[in-house]
Amino acid sequence: MKVLVTVKEVAAVEDEFQIAGTSIDETYLEYDLNEWDDYAVEEAVQLQEAGIADEVVAVTIGPERSEETIRMALAKGADRAVRIWDDALEGADLLDVGAKTAILEKVVEEEDPDIVLSGVQADDDGFGATGVSLADALGYEWAAVVNHLDQDSVESGTASVRRELEGGVEELTDVELPAVLTIQTGINEPRYASLRGIRQAQRKEIAPKTLGDLGLDAAAVENELELTDMYEPETESDATYFEGGPDEAAGQLADLLREKGVGAQ
Amino acid sequence: MSDVLAIADHRRGELRDISFELVTAGRELANETGGDLHVAVISGDTERFGEQLKLDGVDTVHTVNHGEEFNHGVYAQTVTQLFDAVAPQFLLMPNSVNGLDYAPAVANRLDLTYVSDVVDIGVDGSTLTATREMYGGKVETTTAVEADQVAVSIRGAEWPATEDTGDATVEAFEADVDESAVRSTVTGFEEVGGGDVDISEADVLVSVGRGIEEEENLDLVRDLADALDATLSSSRPIVDAGWLPKNRQVGQSGKVVTPDVYIAIGISGAVQHVAGMKGSDTIVAINTDPNAPIYDIADYGIVEDLFDVVPALIEEFQ
Repeated sequence: MKVLVTVKEVAAVEDEFQIAGTSIDETYLEYDLNEWDDYAVEEAVQLQEAGIADEVVAVTIGPERSEETIRMALAKGADRAVRIWDDALEGADLLDVGAKTAILEKVVEEEDPDIVLSGVQADDDGFGATGVSLADALGYEWAAVVNHLDQDSVESGTASVRRELEGGVEELTDVELPAVLTIQTGINEPRYASLRGIRQAQRKEIAPKTLGDLGLDAAAVENELELTDMYEPETESDATYFEGGPDEAAGQLADLLREKGVGAQ
Repeated sequence: MSDVLAIADHRRGELRDISFELVTAGRELANETGGDLHVAVISGDTERFGEQLKLDGVDTVHTVNHGEEFNHGVYAQTVTQLFDAVAPQFLLMPNSVNGLDYAPAVANRLDLTYVSDVVDIGVDGSTLTATREMYGGKVETTTAVEADQVAVSIRGAEWPATEDTGDATVEAFEADVDESAVRSTVTGFEEVGGGDVDISEADVLVSVGRGIEEEENLDLVRDLADALDATLSSSRPIVDAGWLPKNRQVGQSGKVVTPDVYIAIGISGAVQHVAGMKGSDTIVAINTDPNAPIYDIADYGIVEDLFDVVPALIEEFQ
């Protein structure tokens, strides 16, 4: 059985930052593997360790810089990676769901996996849509916001999963394979890459591909979305602040809490 | 092509709040386009749901009587057919967990541009402008979408609910569902997070977030909870990391709590967390980042390092 994991390098923004036009200045960004994808990679590697998956392939859409991040997925146990990038993708400040779907659809068709694992959402653009859109385009079945996968069920051709609904309720669902599962944080405990894993990852393949290599042209990823403004959300705080250093502030808070009857024996 | 079609959300026999918020957002859009507002409800007790959705501003309610609970295979097919029948300019769906499970498939099937998790929308001629958060809520953005028809999902609790009854027509919609294309089956539901404690019953909650940094630092907030005779709860990352059990989690996917006093320690206040605790009587926040959204809803704040403030606070109560 083959498992494909979609991964994305995302930028995290520091507490203090500057916006220039419709983007954040590079100096305030730190690049890392998308948090949800880290859990998806771990789930795939666990399927491999259980002897259910023969091969785990990581796929990403990203510039050369992202190889460092993708290599972390390889260090954690993915066998090889495919990285798609193209001059046609360079200028877009926001790649829409349709474009990502068109690209990943071609890769999945080439790889022909039984299960595709993707994160529920990416922390940067936060669309939360690519996995399900991809499944529909492929004619794969799917389940969104999965926080448990029954490994044994997978071998029977049906994945028994739990979907995390709102309000502490989980939905139990059987999903026919092949399928795309979008993975929620907390489904497992993502491992740290071992030194040995990191060394091995240096020798693993990250195959670069262009749109042309996938049989796509620039029109396939044309964007109907245009980012027209970016700003810091207005703070609406009307909180009373306790100041004068930690001890002084703690004293004032203690007075307030006593007033409210908190901690009274 | 100026109408708006909104899809209601329900679970286990009840329309969810976001259904009524979709009506408000849909009516706002229809006022801009000059079209009608259609609301559709699929599966469940559609007769009762249909009556409940005859709300102020709704022109037509379409009911699709097919099965009891949400199934994305049924929804994807049915919404596609409703879209073809109504031919709206805008298709509005909920950015709920079920919305996440069908809206992207519908957009793909109909080849529509999809903008998800919007917190505000406007129309200017044929251009839709959507306000969305990016980078985990650090910034807000406006996105312009130039298309004849657009699919949009809205974030919960951003629009007020429409509660007043109107005079909408209720029509049964005969969907043609291909059962062989429904390839996942819901086998049950389970309430999670039971166990030793029910945080929703607590009068005072000491709640801890990512700012605590390490598992061993949890003892610090445990000590504070003991000193205040309070109950310990947390935001999502603490539970995801396995440091506290699920029954301690406050938020959209955890418990909704309304204590007398809620003390948020090292919690930034992501929207999913706030949804679970905004009803608390008094909210105290301790966070080093003065721009953290938790301060938007806090009554009292201390912008200091929790590792300095919490020990001092414990001392006050010993």
